[in-house]
Formats: sequence, structure tokens, C-alpha cells
Amino acid sequence: MIKGAVIGLGKMGLSHAAIVGAHPEVDMVAVCDASSLILDAFKKFSQVHTYNDYQEMIKKENPDFVVIATPTRFHYPMVKYALENGKHVYCEKPFSLHAYQGEELVQLAQSKGLVNQVGYHNHFIGTFRELKRLLQAGVLGEIVHFTGEAYGPVVVKEKGGTWRSKPEEGGGCLYDYASHVLNLVQEIIGRPVEASGSQLKSIYSKGVEDAVYCSLKLENGISGQLAVNWSDETHRKMTTSLTIIGKNGKIICDATEMKIYLKEPVKKEGLEQGWTTKYITDFAIPVNYYLRGEEYSAQIDNFIDCVVNNKQSDYNTFEQGLYTDKVVEMIIEDAKK
Amino acid sequence: MDKVLFGDNQFFAVNHASDEKARAQSVRFKEDKAIMKVLDDAIDLGINTFMCTTHDRIANICDIIRANPDRYKNFNIYPCMPYAHKYANAVTELGIIGTIKQYVPGNIFGTFAKGGLAFVNKDFIKLMELLIDAEMKMFKGINTPVIFIQNVIVDMILGLKMYDVFKAYDEYIRKKYNAEPGYITMNMPALLDVLNSLGIENPIICSSINKIGFRMSGGIELYEKYLNEKQFRPIAMQVLAAGALRPKEAIQYLEKFPNIESVLFGASSKGHIQETKELIESVI
Repeated sequence: MIKGAVIGLGKMGLSHAAIVGAHPEVDMVAVCDASSLILDAFKKFSQVHTYNDYQEMIKKENPDFVVIATPTRFHYPMVKYALENGKHVYCEKPFSLHAYQGEELVQLAQSKGLVNQVGYHNHFIGTFRELKRLLQAGVLGEIVHFTGEAYGPVVVKEKGGTWRSKPEEGGGCLYDYASHVLNLVQEIIGRPVEASGSQLKSIYSKGVEDAVYCSLKLENGISGQLAVNWSDETHRKMTTSLTIIGKNGKIICDATEMKIYLKEPVKKEGLEQGWTTKYITDFAIPVNYYLRGEEYSAQIDNFIDCVVNNKQSDYNTFEQGLYTDKVVEMIIEDAKK
Repeated sequence: MDKVLFGDNQFFAVNHASDEKARAQSVRFKEDKAIMKVLDDAIDLGINTFMCTTHDRIANICDIIRANPDRYKNFNIYPCMPYAHKYANAVTELGIIGTIKQYVPGNIFGTFAKGGLAFVNKDFIKLMELLIDAEMKMFKGINTPVIFIQNVIVDMILGLKMYDVFKAYDEYIRKKYNAEPGYITMNMPALLDVLNSLGIENPIICSSINKIGFRMSGGIELYEKYLNEKQFRPIAMQVLAAGALRPKEAIQYLEKFPNIESVLFGASSKGHIQETKELIESVI
């Protein structure tokens, strides 16, 4: 058994705590949060130790790893402290508020040889994995364009709120929603190197954007567009999709299905000419404990597996998370022009 | 429980295999009367139980049911609470305390209000009871013999090992609503072990049960073992594995497990409802 602890018990933190708690190879020894209400619930109903000071928790409990799911501005000091004390770290997305801080953390994790992972859960959704595989197999031929989209009903009326409405703390649709799509584009199609025509639009929020639109150019020369809006109540929950157009057809992929259109069949993949639809039921990653979606358990399972077997993650390393932060900064800079 | 339970996912744009189909459904069921029409079709075919989330629009359906007592006197609703996306979106925007403020009835900072007292005293069980009452309000005067908690809550409590919450829920549903508590889960074997350890015997558990092991966490072998060997009242859902299986082969799979009491399914056309109902009744 290895020992784990969770810092930050908001929506993602509670979800991670449940997943870590249910993992057969982990003893979840402690949780840390600023809210006494939440901590008292843990005190009353569970056996884990509770802290409101993460440094004290790390010192006293000496866990093998920590999961950090606090508001983004706390990531830097907390991840740094955990790494300096030799803890493997799983950190929620977005990774850092400032790329220079993220750089420091990437180097620290690498120099200490500690497992590091960021919570871009879409890479643990079977359809997106299959999309990446099909693109690498070249089924679309030369790629000419992509569209990355995400829509959902987070802010659907005018009213102020939490840190999520403060841009300096990592609030807003760009950090929260668009980062998911940017990270998918980055890992599945190619790393963006230039943003242009960026528009950060406030719809209901004051102080932060509710929608992000921009053009992106990737290091491999492919270009495409990003369209993200978290004030779209036509979606029941967050819906993320990538559409990729190549000379041999196109693929529209989201978390539940993949629609493939091919001009010429690709026999080795069993893909015929015309439309083929593939469903998540064929690609879902099996998990031992399910909460809200296989991907949330699968990403934690991957992290724990790396810690137990002393190997680095193939998915969502700090370095990959940092690159997404840099693209976010590119878009912010471009929008100011 | 009836052998056939009619579900509501199709009415609320929930489709586990296709966001596009989900959207088409949301267009079709824009008006409450479109939902009522399908429910009436189901009732005419002899289905008497509707298992539904505590979605805001269900309140309108309940109004129609209350207004026509003769037509719906034998009709049961199994509420499933809470409608999780309502809370999840609120937590992202307002934080956990902000969400409690928004949904616990009354002013939680007024210490004389029931909710205020529970909040100040950090009486979590009382808060849970108040939230249950708030969700149950829409069903007043309607038969609700079984009341479920949704899988997202059940499975979170399970993962956090806050097992006493199950006990409190179980007791409150029996005492206040004179109903049988039910549990929806994606982790059936683990949940059954925990409920049994708390002294909750023969619980009603609704979980995915399908031939391909979709959303059967812990693995299909363990599920089959529990269905064959353990004592509980299983309801099978996601029998078609989000559409990956054809109805006939999907439902035939259930024949292996005589302990299954009911099957939950949703459909929109009368023909489809009839076909599925007959298939279920032929094996259960």
C-alpha cells in the first residue's frame, strides 16, 4: 500500500478523494482544505485525518503522493513544496498561472525524478485515444484543417461569484474550459506555436471572458480554429469535440462517438468509404471504481500505477500541462493586440 | 416492484453513446406534452412505474398527474435524486457553500430557520434531510414507493468511505416517506458489501447489467457472481449498453440471473416500448 493525500476539496478534489479512497493500492491518509465545513464532514463520517495547512499535512503524514485540486493560483507554491519534500504530484488543470513558475516546477519534478501528472482527463477517454491512433495511422491523409470546440452551461446568467470570475486567479473560460481543448489539440494534432485573431468575449461575467475564439497555427504547419463558450445552455454538460479535415476525409470526435468520413477506404483499419460511426462503448477504458466517467478514475489509476512502479507517465506530464499554459498566454497576448 | 420500469433519459437529452442523438431528443421533448404523450403510451401498454430524476421539468409532469387522479391512480414514480448537473454546475460557479445556500430551503444564515440551525451546527444529516425534502416536494400526493439516490452521490460516498450517510439516508426514507430506499451505482459489488456491513439487508440496487460489461466497475465476472450468489433486489439498467447491443440479445442475457427483479429502460416510440416490454417480460 502507498499513502496518498488530497489538497483542495472542491468539486474535482472531492471526486479525486473518492477515486483515491477507492483505489485498492492506496491508503488515503489525509485531506486538506480551507473550509471547516468540508473538513468537519470528513471528520464526522470518515477515518482520514484533516488539515487546513498543507505543509503541516505533508510533514506529519508523509504521504507518497499528493493530489492538488485547489484554485489555480495555489498550484505553484503547493506543487513546489510537495516536490521539494519528495512527493509525487498529481495537479489539477490548468497547471500554472505563469509559465515561468510552471518551468520551475517541471524542472524540479524532473531533477527529483518524481511522477508528475496534470488533470487533462480527455486523454483518458477512449474516443480521443482512438482519434489520435487513427491520425497517426494516416487515415485522413494530409491534414488541412482542424476545429477544436467546447460548450457548456457554466455561467448562464449575470452574477459574480468565486475565484473563477477573477482572471488574475485563473478564472474565466480560457483557463477553465478552453485549456482542455488546447491540450487536446496539442497532444493529438500538434503543438500550437502561434495564435491570431483571438477574441475573449464576456457574455454574462464581469471581469472574465465567457467565450474564446481564435486561430491557431501548429508546429507541424497545420492550422485550425478554436471555439469555446461556457455560457451555452443548449448543452446539458460540457461537450468537447475535435473536427479534423484531411485530403482523404474528416473525423468528428467527442467523448461519446467518432464520426468518420473517408473518400477512399482504409482497409488496414477496416474503414470503408463514406461514413462510419464508432461509439465509446468500444473504447471505454475499464476501471475498478467508477465515478462520473471512466476517464476520471483511469487518469488517477495511471498516476498511481506510475508511482507504484516507479516510472514516468506517458500522459499529461507537467511539461505538457506547462505547454498548454504557454498557449493560453499566447492567446491572452494576441487578444490584447 | 414491477418487472418493467420506464426511465426518463430520453426526455432529458441523456444519451450515453451519442451527443447528437441526445440533442435530437431534446428538440423532440421540448414541450411537456410530448413527454406526457410517451408516458401515456407506456401506461396504455401496461407500464405503471416511471423512474425519473428530480429534474425541474418532472415537476410539470407531476402537476399533470395530480390533476388527473383517475387516469393515474395506479401510477408510481420512483424519484432519483438529486439531478446532479444542477448541483455540479452550481458548485463550479458558486462553490460548495454557495451551492448549499442556494438549494437548502430557507435562509441558512438565519439561525432560527431549520436550515440555518443545521448549517451553523454543521448537522450534515439534517442538511441532507432538508435537501431530500426539497427534492421530494414536487412529488407530493403521488405514489413514490421507492426513492433512489443517484449514482454520482452513492459512488462518491462509497469512495470517500462515508458509509454512515447511507445509514442515515436509509432510515430517513423509510421513516419520513414510508418508502423503500434504493441505490443507483456503477460499482454494484462494492456497494452491496458496504450496505450489508452496515446492516442494510436485501437492498434495492440499480446498476448497469449488460452482456459486454459496459459501466460494470469491478468487472463482469464479479457482477455475475453477485447476481447469482448474493441476496439483494437488483434492477438492471443500461441493458443495451448505450445502444451497442441489439435489444433481443441484450435482454436474453438477463435470463441467466433469476434474481433480477426489474429492468429499467427508456424509449420514445410506442412500438419500441411495446417490443422492449414484451422482451423483458419474456425473460424476467
